[in-house]
Amino acid sequence: MIDPIFIAEAAVNGILLGGILALLALGLNLIFGVIDIVWIAYVDLVMLCMYAMYFLVQVYGWPVWAAGLVSLVLGAVLGVGVHLLIITPILGSPPVNQLLATGGLLFFIQSFATFLWTTDHKSVRLSLPSYEVAGIFLPAGRIIPFAISIVAMVALYLFLTRTYMGTAIRAVSQDRDAMRLMGANPQRVYIVTSAVGGLMAGLAGALLIFQYSVHPFFGGQFGPLTFMICVLGGLGNMVGAFIASFIMSEIISVSGVLWSTEMGYVIAFVVFIVMIFARPGGIMAKRQ
Amino acid sequence: MSPGRVVGGLFLAVLVAGPFLPLGVTREYTIHVAVQVLIWSFIGGAWSLMGRFGLVSLGHGAFLGLGAYTSTLLWNFYGLTPWLGAVVAVALTGVFALIVAYPCSRFQVIGHYFGLVTLAVGEVIRLLIIAERNWTGGSLGVSVRSAVGDSAWAIQFADKRVFYYGALVLWLGGLWVWHRLDRSMARSAMEAIGEDETAAASVGIHVSRFKMAITVLSAALTALGGVAYAQYIAYVNPDTLSGIGVSLRIVFAVVLGGMYSLLGPTVGTALTIALGEALRIGFGLKFIGMAETIYGLLLVIFIIFLPSGIYGSIRDAIRRRAAGAPGPPARQASTSRA
Repeated sequence: MIDPIFIAEAAVNGILLGGILALLALGLNLIFGVIDIVWIAYVDLVMLCMYAMYFLVQVYGWPVWAAGLVSLVLGAVLGVGVHLLIITPILGSPPVNQLLATGGLLFFIQSFATFLWTTDHKSVRLSLPSYEVAGIFLPAGRIIPFAISIVAMVALYLFLTRTYMGTAIRAVSQDRDAMRLMGANPQRVYIVTSAVGGLMAGLAGALLIFQYSVHPFFGGQFGPLTFMICVLGGLGNMVGAFIASFIMSEIISVSGVLWSTEMGYVIAFVVFIVMIFARPGGIMAKRQ
Repeated sequence: MSPGRVVGGLFLAVLVAGPFLPLGVTREYTIHVAVQVLIWSFIGGAWSLMGRFGLVSLGHGAFLGLGAYTSTLLWNFYGLTPWLGAVVAVALTGVFALIVAYPCSRFQVIGHYFGLVTLAVGEVIRLLIIAERNWTGGSLGVSVRSAVGDSAWAIQFADKRVFYYGALVLWLGGLWVWHRLDRSMARSAMEAIGEDETAAASVGIHVSRFKMAITVLSAALTALGGVAYAQYIAYVNPDTLSGIGVSLRIVFAVVLGGMYSLLGPTVGTALTIALGEALRIGFGLKFIGMAETIYGLLLVIFIIFLPSGIYGSIRDAIRRRAAGAPGPPARQASTSRA
């Protein structure tokens, strides 16, 4: 029998992992919902931002906040770059080709990272205290990113609901043709969306580097899970993706302790498949 | 005989005589590359049976891995000949595909959603192979237990030419299946379903039966390709035979060549493998990762500028010129979504 304290610790770790997954899913979900294209290479953009953090903080000794700002800007620039160079020419193509173009980008980023920085795992370690609450260890290095990611999600929510641009973004995600008929320019909305999505990737990269070591195949570790969370939550549904992140992270974390790491992921993926059949519009959608 | 048939016949004659052509020291290597092209073209063709009707699977690695591991493990542990192992592998994968395809058609999972469900299925199989490491060897993979000398019973031969002819037969068989489907009523039915399921059902097409049948056929052929590849390489690994990486590689090759034409998957596979080999030889061990970098970049450029595939685009251009007038617009994949 497994000691309940391990399960409790796994559940707490699951919540912390959920915060990270929610942050990853947030930017992708925004792009997914508004532009209706799956950026297969999204987590690879996060990986590039993690490398930027690593070099600035660990190699050049920049303060963390300055490196974090650079990472945010880099993320936004990459987001706009991907949109203008790859997505814009294929907006009208069949979904397969759109999927594959970003898939080609994934190969490109992964291999170029291998070429530039080899496959060594690189990490930034900060010495932060660890707290013990009721026998469960809570490292500050995981709590602070969790808190920042919650703040970022609230900020994104306010941006989407309280500003003019945010309203335009939501309008496009609901009906892009009607938006064009109203005389609005979808391309501008797309660029802002890509920039915000990229910004989120930059933020995720800046926070993840303190918990995970970065290597060229980092995208494969979190990529599939991130798409699944977006779909599970309902495309473009921010609250749904947020809840879905925690469902997936709890499944992975708890069954990882009870069984094995791989089986944790297997169960999470099977839950995803079953949920697609049961609730194709995501967990927040009403059953048709 | 039409000029097309003459060219095709000559091409086939070259392929059959290929291993005996005087290629000097590069012969072994050329045959090795050719076998890989033939097997992966066969797998790509199997994928395109579904892909051309809008069933874009991103998880064919699941079927490939299931097939390769079934025959390999049956041989390693029970000494069952891969000939029978292939039958078991194909049957098992067929049943597995049915289990995946039934709810997909029952709940009308199409478009992005179908892609993501199959992607998850591919990952599930890869992770299960890794998790069952006691007998699958986990992420280290497992070698096919070697028989003593050449053995038709174990499908193990020192001479690569045997594999070459086996792969050639397999490839031709795949083309035959593709051709038969292309000429059948099922193709019209499947195209109608790919365009609009509700409309297809309203004219009396049994939508789920067709979708399930094509999925099982595609999965079974993919499993057969997996068995063939495992026998040739004599080593199976969850990352090279299952999961996202290999699934995407199959799709890339097919889309690059063009999935709406008989030889599209073959042209795409041959080009991607040739490109990979050329870059690998060109850069050697000096710039690790550079070959794949250029490969990825070219993929993006090709998909943006030649969306209906290289072979598809060239063929359409020739046909337009032959007809002397603008031909029908190139068929596009259906853009329906759930």
